[in-house]
Amino acid sequence: MKNTNEMEIIFDSHSSNEGFARVSVAAFLTQLNPTVEEVADVKTAISEAVTNAIIHGYENEIHKVSIRCRIEGAQIMVEVKDNGVGIEDVEQAMTPLYTSKPELERSGMGFAFMEAFMDSVEVESVPGEGTTVRMKKTIGKGSKLWTTQSL
Amino acid sequence: MKYQVQENCLTIYLPKEVDHHNAEEMRKNADTLIEKNHIKYVIFDFGLTDFMDSSGIGVIMGRYKMIRLIGGEVWAVHTNARIKKILTMSGVTKIMQIYEEDEA
Repeated sequence: MKNTNEMEIIFDSHSSNEGFARVSVAAFLTQLNPTVEEVADVKTAISEAVTNAIIHGYENEIHKVSIRCRIEGAQIMVEVKDNGVGIEDVEQAMTPLYTSKPELERSGMGFAFMEAFMDSVEVESVPGEGTTVRMKKTIGKGSKLWTTQSL
Repeated sequence: MKYQVQENCLTIYLPKEVDHHNAEEMRKNADTLIEKNHIKYVIFDFGLTDFMDSSGIGVIMGRYKMIRLIGGEVWAVHTNARIKKILTMSGVTKIMQIYEEDEA
């Protein structure tokens, strides 16, 4: 039987909570003894997902964002969920450099960063109902060389 | 956030963490200074920074678009390993030079 542990946080979609979200997940992650690099990877991925929920999901209105984390053995699963506008075309949204809001000067790298820093990223979205981003990462595998290359 | 203007060069001293939350303010302040002082070179100083997500990349790309029309350049200084990785991965290093100090 693998050891498991779960936590869930729900917070308002204020941009000031982006820092809170990534630090909370990083703190929960410490029980797996991650390297500094692994913590930074997870923090970046969380930051991207939460930022997406705030500016795209809720279009800067204030509603709830929830993060659910589950540790199973050496793997962490993180789910970032909003009940916002949803994504019409998930594949297009995940294309590097694509942004639905060019006027906001986003880089279009959000999902590309999540995919680069986590082992897997799944997106479930229903237009008008919301979006759930589910990411997994196994801690303690050592760093992957390709991640230092340009996407 | 601190900014320094020397002739046509603007240095932006980035905070400890660069995310969407503080990118907005940085963008606004930087653009005001760029327009007012006819800035041609923008230096991003990462000396204090240990976290940056793609929002920071957006800020760099946006400033580059502003100044490249007048032949300007963007530079990064005092980058640690993590920041270098983020910059390299995003591909922004194709338009931005990372200044490496002499190790001698």
